[in-house]
Amino acid sequence: MNALSKDMSGPLALFANRLNTLVGAERQSAAGALARTGLPDRKVEAWRYTTLRALGKQDYAAPPMQVEASTVRALLERVLQAHPAMAALPRVVFVNGRHAPAYSALPDDVDLSFFAEAPRFGLQAAPDRDPLVALNTALAEDGLVLRVPAGVDAGHVMLVSLGVGGADPLSFHPRHTVVVEKESHLRLICVQAGQGAYFHNPVMDIRVEDGATLEHLTLQTEGEQAVSLGTLYAHVGHQSVYDSFVLGLGGQLVRHEVHARLAATRGVVHVNGAQRLTGQQVGDITSIITHAASDCTSRQTVRNVLDGHARGVFQGKVLVERIAQKTDGYQMNQALLLSPYAEIDAKPELEIYADDVRCSHGATVGALDDDQLFYLRSRGIPKHEACQMLIDAFLDETIALVEDATAQAFCRAVMAARFAGRGEGA
Amino acid sequence: MSQFLEISGLCAQIDADGQKKQILQGVDLSIPPGEVHVIMGPNGSGKSTLSYVLAGREEYEVTAGTATFHGQDLLAMEPEERAAAGLFLAFQSPIELPGVNNANFLRTAVNAVRRARGLDELDAVAFLKMAREAAKALSMAPDMLKRNVNVGFSGGEKKRNEVLQMTLLQPTFAILDETDSGLDVDALRIVAEGVNRLRAPTFSALVITHHQKLLDYLVPDRIHVMARGRIILSGGPELARQIDQEGYTKFLAEVA
Repeated sequence: MNALSKDMSGPLALFANRLNTLVGAERQSAAGALARTGLPDRKVEAWRYTTLRALGKQDYAAPPMQVEASTVRALLERVLQAHPAMAALPRVVFVNGRHAPAYSALPDDVDLSFFAEAPRFGLQAAPDRDPLVALNTALAEDGLVLRVPAGVDAGHVMLVSLGVGGADPLSFHPRHTVVVEKESHLRLICVQAGQGAYFHNPVMDIRVEDGATLEHLTLQTEGEQAVSLGTLYAHVGHQSVYDSFVLGLGGQLVRHEVHARLAATRGVVHVNGAQRLTGQQVGDITSIITHAASDCTSRQTVRNVLDGHARGVFQGKVLVERIAQKTDGYQMNQALLLSPYAEIDAKPELEIYADDVRCSHGATVGALDDDQLFYLRSRGIPKHEACQMLIDAFLDETIALVEDATAQAFCRAVMAARFAGRGEGA
Repeated sequence: MSQFLEISGLCAQIDADGQKKQILQGVDLSIPPGEVHVIMGPNGSGKSTLSYVLAGREEYEVTAGTATFHGQDLLAMEPEERAAAGLFLAFQSPIELPGVNNANFLRTAVNAVRRARGLDELDAVAFLKMAREAAKALSMAPDMLKRNVNVGFSGGEKKRNEVLQMTLLQPTFAILDETDSGLDVDALRIVAEGVNRLRAPTFSALVITHHQKLLDYLVPDRIHVMARGRIILSGGPELARQIDQEGYTKFLAEVA
C-alpha cells in the first residue's frame, strides 16, 4: 500500500519512517497528500519568507514514552511561577505532545477528553489544504478535546505544551479541539515552552458558537533550538467573539498560523500579537481572516521588536466575501529594528469582494526614536535602560489589548522575567 | 572666574539636508552659582541649539570652544551624566512617550540620578508621596502621574510636567527653553513659583524667553541677547524691559 517513500524527498524524508507505517484512512490520505505536495518551500507563496531548513537533516523520531520528571517539573514551574495567579488556574499539561496527567490540574466546568482516546480530526483542518496540517493528521498521537457547555462561563483553562528534546531529533504533532458552545465563555491560555531540540507541530480546531466568547492567549517560549509550526482554525458564529493574542518569544523557528472564519453575522475576531526576538530567531505570524457574513469586525495589531540577526514575518490576509457587507476590518503591523541585521518581512493583504465595507491596513518599520531616547537620557536615565523602556513601551501597548486581566498580567510578568534589568524603575 | 558654568568660544553645527549648517558661532557665557540669567533673541539665533548642546544632544557637532560645569568638561559627558551632575533642560516641546507611565518614568529618572549621585534609591511608596506633593504644588491633576508621559497633555500640562521633573531631579543648573510659551497667566505664575522654589545659592538657571512676563515673577540677575549664534549684548534686568518695548531691531543694528 505504501508507495510513499519514493516520493518523499526534501524535508519530508525526515518523517518517512513514520509515514510509511500509518494505519487508518484519514492518516493515509493525509500522508498521500503530503507525498504529492512535500513540505512547503519558498516557492509556495504562503511560505515565501519562512524556510523549513531549520528542520535539519536528521530523521525525526516519535518522542520517548519516558521523560525525566525533574526536567518537566522545572519547565512547568517556570511557567507557573511567572505570575502568582497561574498556579491556581486549572491546567492541562502535555509533554512532547502527550497528555501528562501527573502535572495537570483538570478544570471542572468543561467537558474534557483526549484525542488519544478517540481520534477525531475535525472538519476545518482539511489535510489537503496545508502540508503541515497533513503532517499533523498523519502523525497526531494526542491532543486536548475541550468543550464548554452552552451558557457556561468556564473561567480560565491553561493548556501547557512542554517540549523536552533529547540527543536525537524528535517531533510531536498534537491535535487539539476547542468548542465553546452557545452563549458560553472561556479564557484559554496556551503556553508553549521547552528545552533542547524538538519539532512541535500542533493543530488547533476552534469553534466559537453563537453568542459565545473565547479569549485566547498563546505564549510561545519554546526551547532555543526548537522548531514550532502551529496551525489554528477558528470558526466564529453569530454574535460570537474570538479574541486572540500571541506573544512570541521564540524558539529557533516559530510560526503561528491562524485561519479565522467569521461564518455568521456580527462576529468579532481579534488576531493581535507581539514578537520579541533576538539572535538568529525567526518568528512568523501568519493569518487569514475570512469575512463570510455581514456586519462582522476583525482587528489585527501586531508589533515586532527584532534584535541581532532575528527575522520577523508578518503575513496578514483579510478576505471579505461578496456577502460580507458592512465589514469592519483593521490590520496593522509595526516593527522596531534594534540592529542593522534584524529584518521584518511584512505582507499585508486585503481581498475584498463586497462593496460596502470599511477596511484599513498599514505597516511601519523603524528604529528607536532619537527624540524619545534623548529625552529619557536628559533625565539621567542611562542609554541602555532608556532603550529598554522604549522597547517595553512599544510592546506594552499591544499587550494592553489583552482584555483578560489575568492573561495580561501574565504576559507582562513573563516579559519582565525574561528581559530582566529593564527600566521600569522596579 | 567662577567654577559654575563657563562657556567659551562655543561653535556648533548640524547636518541639514547633507549640508553642514553652523548655528553657534562663538558663544561666550559665564553663569555664577545662585543666579538666574536670561537669553533673549530673535528666532533662529541659536538659543535652543545652545540648550541642546549643553544638554548633550548628539545631532549637534561641537566644532570649537569649551563648556565646563563645576570645572568638569561638560562636552565630554553623556547626556545622562550631565543630568546626574546636576544639569536639567526643560524642553521647549516636551516629547511624548506612548506606553511609558509618567510615574514610572519619573521614578526611573529620579533613581537613576540618585544612584549616580551616590544616594539610596527611593522605593515606590516614598517616591509616590514625594511626586504627589510636588505635582500638587504645581496644581497638576493627580491622574497626570498615571497617564503616559506627555501623551494627550495640553501645552500647559506638558510644561508643568517639565517643571515637575525639574523639581524631582533637583538640578543645580536648569535651562528653561521657552517654558513660558503657550501658558496662560495663572499657569505662568505656577511655573515661575516652581522655579523660584528651587532658587538657592547653589542653584542657577538659564531662561530662554521672548517675554518680559515670566521675568516679572523670576526676577533675573542678568540678560543676554543672542543673535546669529553669538551673545551680542549683556546687561541687567532693565535690558529685558527695553527689548519688550522696543524689539530687537535696534540692538541688532548696533552690532551689525
